Amino acid sequence: MNRSVIDLWVGIFVVIGIGAIAFLSLRVGNLTSVSAAPGYHLDAAFDNIGGLKVRAPVKAAGVVVGRVEQIKLDPQSYQAVVTMKVDRGYQFTKDTIASILTSGLLGEVYVGLDPGGDTQMLGDGARIGKTQSAMVLEKLIGQFMFDKAASGTTAPAVPNASVPAGGSTASGPGAGGRSAGVSK
Amino acid sequence: MPVDTAWALRRVGRKTVDSIVRLGFAARFSLAVLAHSPAALRRIRLTMREIYFTGVLSLVIIMVSGMFVGMVLGLQGYEVLTRYGANESLGILVALSLVRELGPVVAGLLFASRAGSAITAEIGLMKTTEQLSAMEMMAVDPLARVVAPRFFGGIIAMPLLTALFSTLGIFGAYLVGVRLIGIDSGAFWGNMQAAVDFNRDIANGIIKSVVFGVAVSLIAVFEGYNARPTAEGVSSATTRTVVASSLSILALDFVLTVFMFRGIGV
Repeated sequence: MNRSVIDLWVGIFVVIGIGAIAFLSLRVGNLTSVSAAPGYHLDAAFDNIGGLKVRAPVKAAGVVVGRVEQIKLDPQSYQAVVTMKVDRGYQFTKDTIASILTSGLLGEVYVGLDPGGDTQMLGDGARIGKTQSAMVLEKLIGQFMFDKAASGTTAPAVPNASVPAGGSTASGPGAGGRSAGVSK
Repeated sequence: MPVDTAWALRRVGRKTVDSIVRLGFAARFSLAVLAHSPAALRRIRLTMREIYFTGVLSLVIIMVSGMFVGMVLGLQGYEVLTRYGANESLGILVALSLVRELGPVVAGLLFASRAGSAITAEIGLMKTTEQLSAMEMMAVDPLARVVAPRFFGGIIAMPLLTALFSTLGIFGAYLVGVRLIGIDSGAFWGNMQAAVDFNRDIANGIIKSVVFGVAVSLIAVFEGYNARPTAEGVSSATTRTVVASSLSILALDFVLTVFMFRGIGV
């Protein structure tokens, strides 16, 4: 076969091959999105991060504004320090609450940011003061059972002692592990 | 009885020694091919010709089978996912399985049987008809003139073929999932983009395909160069190429997967 014809075909082959790699990177892998966007870092310390993983989304009002970059254990306080990279286009107030949430019953774990009313904004590397840990289902069930048992044996005369699970767990032992405890 | 035992022992011993000698020769041959790699780059025309034979002529089989694999994945994935009400995750299922595993592995297997066998048969026949000896007589190194361009042509063609296979597979799944079954197009692409990571999935898939390309090309040129110079020898060398490269693709895939996805915890 003529050499220039071979060259032409090899050229076409290489072009569509590279086109396929570009398609995979841009259309399938979404290379251009959050990872490349300029952002700033925020830290938050949690008592328990549950199933949170690196690269999990950071959402505010359901909108993805960043990704979790790093998760470490603070050796002094034994808290998990989560470092997030947030898109530079979004600013959050100083009194923002960071909570670890789950989308749906079995969905992905993400960090939710709820901004407050402060006028000052969090800068690069700032630490989010108010955090809410992950809800660990096993602990919740354990506390519920414990409260049930406690209220069943010690105070059977009170008719509605066992009803509000949330209220009774707050006073129960080990309540710090529960989600409602806003630390700091 | 003792005669039989001695015979069996001798046979086992000879087989073992033979295979170790073969392994040593294969290692020496690989190093020699690598040492001749500048020659393949200098003679870029020859390498281009090999990319044409191994890559361009494999396009049809790679694209058609990629399309069908994707369409089957789309149908079967939908069948299972719909039980859990997770139809929209079809894009994730198809894209991750194609980009991470099926693309490199199936494209590698097709490449081994379509192009690897042809390389072995060609070099083996050149050896049988003493063309390689004739080249040596003319002071042309057959490793530089024949083997190295085929080796590098295979290495260049394989990642491109894999990317095409995955792309066509995703397109096939799109046809079945979105056009035929009626999953929402935005959810199909959006979930896929959220789940597929460039470094973790796409780059690792390309690395896999390069490794498979090296393995298949090396086995193909080695078996051809090492073939017994008879018609039967060439045919058994071609068979060995397909068997050995298929097995090494599957084994290497396991090893690479262990290294790439261990401890990521996804």
